[in-house]
Amino acid sequence: MENTPHPIRAAAVEPTTPHGWQAIVADWSSDRQTFKTPWGKAMMWIFLLSDSFIFGAFLTAYMSVRIATTEAWPNPGEVFALTIAGREIPLILIAIMTFILISSSGTMAIAVHYAYRRERQKTAMLMFVTAALGACFVVMQALEWSKLISEGVRPWANPWGAPQFGSTFFMITGFHGLHVTLGVIYLSIIARRVLKGFYAQRGNYETVEIAGLYWHFVDLVWVFIFALFYLW
Amino acid sequence: MEHTSPQQHPINLYLKIWALLFVLSTMSYLVDYFHIQGYLRWFLIIAFMLLKAGLIVAVFMHMLWERLALIYAILLPPLAVLVFAGMMAAESNHVFLTRLLYFAHPH
Repeated sequence: MENTPHPIRAAAVEPTTPHGWQAIVADWSSDRQTFKTPWGKAMMWIFLLSDSFIFGAFLTAYMSVRIATTEAWPNPGEVFALTIAGREIPLILIAIMTFILISSSGTMAIAVHYAYRRERQKTAMLMFVTAALGACFVVMQALEWSKLISEGVRPWANPWGAPQFGSTFFMITGFHGLHVTLGVIYLSIIARRVLKGFYAQRGNYETVEIAGLYWHFVDLVWVFIFALFYLW
Repeated sequence: MEHTSPQQHPINLYLKIWALLFVLSTMSYLVDYFHIQGYLRWFLIIAFMLLKAGLIVAVFMHMLWERLALIYAILLPPLAVLVFAGMMAAESNHVFLTRLLYFAHPH
């Protein structure tokens, strides 16, 4: 009895580093920390997962009413066209908004890069640029909304066909625009703290990466909205 | 406590992904601009959408370098939304057909 090694102690002496599925099982089991990542980052990912369910449900609702309506669905290419220099260009404002949001994701990714190199000025400046691009996006969305409202689009009716077009449009783009607006505020607060040396003092810039996760998610959702609502 | 090392990647990588996202967005816009229709349109839209989403999640959100436990915890549950969407597609087709049968009226 005394010669047999204590099972728990024996396990502690021989540290094993499993791979693949065994690593997943090992990480999830034994009543201990599952995600070997900073706490805030894991929580942000779980929040984003729940948020993706909300947008997933919205887009599914849009799909359902679009399939089920007996009236013609308005052609988004024509509805969102702009006349520039006497020529009607389809979806041009939406395309510009897409490029602005992608660019803001690019500046955010580079801001995270500089945060981990502890370059305060560059990080804060890139985050402010990101927030400014986000603000541009919201302004353009406001322009788009006012154009459509002036043309008679309402959540319950529109001049071109199925009334569900208006309700899904305002619901989906409105909820996304709210996310962008909150993101602009969120990024501005974090950027100001970066500039003031809050994270330098703490010696930890994880918060910048976590804010970046939120911002990239907003861009990610727009990829789906652009494809499924505007191009379909 | 053991943590994954901070996410540090060369700036060049981000710039390349940024450029790729621009190209993919331009291409998906051109699908509409050139009025590509039918199955080719759907295929191209979905393909460009998934490529863009994949690049953003994998590189910009650093999912490529996270541990498998986190990757599966975040990426598997959204599959339930896909199943739900599939069920709703069948349901909506049924609603559409019943509307044609019972509520169709000339406008």
